Amino acid sequence: MLLIDCPYCGPRAEIEFAYGGEAHIARPAADVSEAEWAAFLYLRDNTKGVLAERWRHSHGCGRFFNALRDTRTDRFHAFYEIGTPRPDVGDAA
Amino acid sequence: MSGAFRLAGRGRIDTTRPVVFRFDGRMVRGYAGDTVASALLAEGRHLMGRSFKYHRPRGPVSAGSDEPNALIGVGEGGRYTPNLRATQVEIHDGMVAVSQNRAPSLRFDIGALNTLAAPLLPAGFYYKTFMWPRGFWDKVYEPLIRRAAGLGRAPTEPDPDHYALHYAHCDVLVAGGGPAGLAAALAAGQAGARVILCDENAEFGGSLLADTYSLIDGLPGGEWVARIVAELERLPNVQLLTRCSAFNYGPHNMVALNQRLADHLATPPAHMPRERIWQVRAREVVLAAGALERVLVFEGNDRPGIMLASAARTYLHRYGVACGRKAVVVTADDAAYRVALDLAEAGVKIAAIADLRSTPGGPLVEAVRARGIEILPATTIQRAHGHLRVTGAELAPVGADGGVGKGRTVSCDLVLMSGGFTPSLHLHSQARGALRFDDALGVYLPGESIERVRSAGSCRGMFALDDVLRDGVAAGLAATGGKSGPEWAVTRQDAPGTGGFAGALPRRGPGHLALAFVDFQNDVTAKDVKLAVREGFRSIEHVKRYTTTGMATDQGKGSNVNALAIVSNVLGRRPEEIGLTTYRPPYTPVTFGAFAGHARGDQFDPLRLPPMDAWARAQGAVFEDVGLWRRARYFPRVGEDMAAAVARECRAVRAAAGIFDASTLGKIEVAGPDAAEFMNRFYVNVWTKLGVGKCRYGLVCRDSGFVYDDGVVGRIAADRFHVTTTTGGAAGVLNMMEDYLQTEWADLDVWLTSITEEWAVIALQGPRARDILAPLVDGLDISAGAMPHMTLREGSIGGVPMRLFRVSFTGELGYEINVPSSQAQAVWDRVWQAGASLGLTPYGTEAMHVLRAEKGYLIVGQETDGTMTPADVGCGWAVSKVKPDFIGKRALALPAMYAPDRLQMVGVLTDDPRTMLEEGMQLVTAAETPIPTSAEGHVTSSYFSPALGRSIAIAMVKGGRGRMGAALYALRLDGPALKVTLVDPVFYDPEGARLNG
Repeated sequence: MLLIDCPYCGPRAEIEFAYGGEAHIARPAADVSEAEWAAFLYLRDNTKGVLAERWRHSHGCGRFFNALRDTRTDRFHAFYEIGTPRPDVGDAA
Repeated sequence: MSGAFRLAGRGRIDTTRPVVFRFDGRMVRGYAGDTVASALLAEGRHLMGRSFKYHRPRGPVSAGSDEPNALIGVGEGGRYTPNLRATQVEIHDGMVAVSQNRAPSLRFDIGALNTLAAPLLPAGFYYKTFMWPRGFWDKVYEPLIRRAAGLGRAPTEPDPDHYALHYAHCDVLVAGGGPAGLAAALAAGQAGARVILCDENAEFGGSLLADTYSLIDGLPGGEWVARIVAELERLPNVQLLTRCSAFNYGPHNMVALNQRLADHLATPPAHMPRERIWQVRAREVVLAAGALERVLVFEGNDRPGIMLASAARTYLHRYGVACGRKAVVVTADDAAYRVALDLAEAGVKIAAIADLRSTPGGPLVEAVRARGIEILPATTIQRAHGHLRVTGAELAPVGADGGVGKGRTVSCDLVLMSGGFTPSLHLHSQARGALRFDDALGVYLPGESIERVRSAGSCRGMFALDDVLRDGVAAGLAATGGKSGPEWAVTRQDAPGTGGFAGALPRRGPGHLALAFVDFQNDVTAKDVKLAVREGFRSIEHVKRYTTTGMATDQGKGSNVNALAIVSNVLGRRPEEIGLTTYRPPYTPVTFGAFAGHARGDQFDPLRLPPMDAWARAQGAVFEDVGLWRRARYFPRVGEDMAAAVARECRAVRAAAGIFDASTLGKIEVAGPDAAEFMNRFYVNVWTKLGVGKCRYGLVCRDSGFVYDDGVVGRIAADRFHVTTTTGGAAGVLNMMEDYLQTEWADLDVWLTSITEEWAVIALQGPRARDILAPLVDGLDISAGAMPHMTLREGSIGGVPMRLFRVSFTGELGYEINVPSSQAQAVWDRVWQAGASLGLTPYGTEAMHVLRAEKGYLIVGQETDGTMTPADVGCGWAVSKVKPDFIGKRALALPAMYAPDRLQMVGVLTDDPRTMLEEGMQLVTAAETPIPTSAEGHVTSSYFSPALGRSIAIAMVKGGRGRMGAALYALRLDGPALKVTLVDPVFYDPEGARLNG
């Protein structure tokens, strides 16, 4: 079970959280092309390595936040608030 | 002393406390501290089980959790547990144990005929043999295989015991309480860290408990262990757990332990859980898992009486048992020489030591030679003789070229084997630690890990006792940042062994018919592994799956390295080029009871009860589970079945009035200056123009354009909406609202609050609803003119605050009375009394479903399946054409969302009004449709309608709205297809006149 460091509450066990999929996927305006909308809906990077992803502390403060997690190791490299840019951690494993 | 093979004055058993138990119905005497295996061995009995595939007679190979052979069933009734290792099961008075996989008896087993057929049962036998004829599979092959498959019998009675789950945190978890683990725990504990030390055995000490030679600070192993355990017990920051196996290493140092609390007790206290799962989050983990001696692979190596050398030493020193009278030792490692000396000193005759190495030497070897024991260098064991017990061993010389010469047979009743020691890497590997092959030792050792974990002692290839102790201390200090730890002087010890052997032993002749077992538990032989490679399997993972080697419950503890070496030899590639199969949890089997813990029966899931649950129970309601809610399904009167009760409830709602507990509806309050804008963006509908005091049916789509949820929304104030969701969708809708509010629309000033539990909902539906309610609502004018359909009023009912919605899910004049849950029953009682003389009838969820289906009202999740647009389900009217954006807008504009052949919601009627369709039936175009075919649609709802006096159904049909009056055929599993006609889904009161009454 992952140990997740909620930026608002501190480290908590994974069962308190809900996964929110890949982060930094901006919802396009309603006038984009069909292909762009389809990409927004369905295309994800399936990253092997450091992935920016969203979590919600659903059984805690209820807040969404972002995390950088290495999908090869499950190691977290950063937790940061929604709306802030992705921290640069390189490709650390 | 009980047992002819028990040696007085030896062992750690308590001979003042005799214990009697039953094995296969026969009384066996042992002592407190015995295992089933040691007690049976004390009687001279090795035969304890039959093997999985060939039903070969088997005895214990080991003295611990790596035991593949001596698997037994223990306990009676609901307490019966199959496949326990006799080498670990502690005996107590009254215990009942049985052997497995034999009929009619352990000594004579009819299934052993499989051994004769062994040449016909190679690896992949099932894959190759049962391919044809196809028709034989269901009737002949599968029943046959199922009867033969499986080991042990699952108990059928409910388990009467309870099991516990405990979460714990610590600075350092030490897994394994042998010398390295004890040293690490003491070093970490003295440094002040919170330490948990666990060991799978009944007492700490590991290999030291069977070591009477080594001296630490002048003490033999057992006495030193007692001293260290006493020191640990004095440290308040150290928790000691015996009979507690670390079986799973999860991410971020979450390690699961299985503690067995009661099974070793004759009369456990009633309050005591039988087992407990510990979920330990450790800052640092020290793995002190030890090393396991390897079996040797030769013909007949599974005969009872053939065991690991270290096991015989353990039985001698821990249990005071000699495993035989006359032993042959076959080894490739020095450690077996110490075993030979110990056994000889205890009176066991050592007939010979066959050493696979050409020039064994060193002090240990010399000591053995000095004792007059015959040592045969460069000698292999060609085969073992015997059936129910080994009777002899053919020892044969190995030439310089590797060829095996003619041997001689030495009679014996015990063969001890040692291929050297394999470090236990299971937990390290589960933690996704890398493995590296060590050429000098010929085994894999732990490499880098991503977790905060370190291995100590023999599980990382250290075998000299003084090294092991120092390594344990170093690990404990490294885990805590401590500077100095305890030190001990090892004043006498054996040097670590050299050599070792992996793979199949050299033999004379090709051995096509020889059964030399690699994996005892799954009955996999050396030639099975070789065959798999010859047939083209190259990856060790494929060889494992094809032969099943290493896939038994022992997780290949004793077999993996030998299988790897055989593959390596056949392919002519080095072991590290082949790799090792992935270790999987659990390290040792864990019972389902332990995993379930408290989550069984009423504790399996939380139970959510609506406010009027007690009233419904008093009325004799029949209930159904809806998610976690328990809801009243119908209220039968004496003599009524479900159909009769539901029909009566439906008629009452249409003719007079019904009362229904709708409190499970999800409810969310959306409040704030931007509440209306938020609603506009979230729902497909327009909200800005909805006046205060008005309600609207709202529909939620995902950004994919597909319907997600629906519900009536009332505007309480300019900046406040009372949102309702489906019962099952409440949490999901709130999560989705929070998602968009927090991550997409940070510009909006809105608060979202779940109010599902706060507001109870009493639905009052039917033509007399207003007559019943009007006198109760504290001066509120609810006349048709003052409060039309789809409006809401705040007020009070008998002094209780109320949000009154005029809404209907039945098609009748109706109200949903929202009151605080704490006062809901009082309000309900008042309404109930007021309606008594007007025919007010309670109705349940079943009538609710029938009434809505008669009106063609959609249920999200029943008509929809995550691929339906609002237009598909007849709600295209709800979708705003003017809003610049809302969730789903862009997707709903895609051409595919308006394709003419999309599934559309329609009504369907059977020709015979009594014939009921089944939900899920597929609809096709012709009565005689060859199968497989593609369906035109499917039935989503089907009921008998009391209002229409016939069956009705709702279906999703391709282009359905344009096919009114057309015929389709509903496929049945039994009998011919049923003709149905497509009709409008609003079966009752299509004009809606009754709603507005």
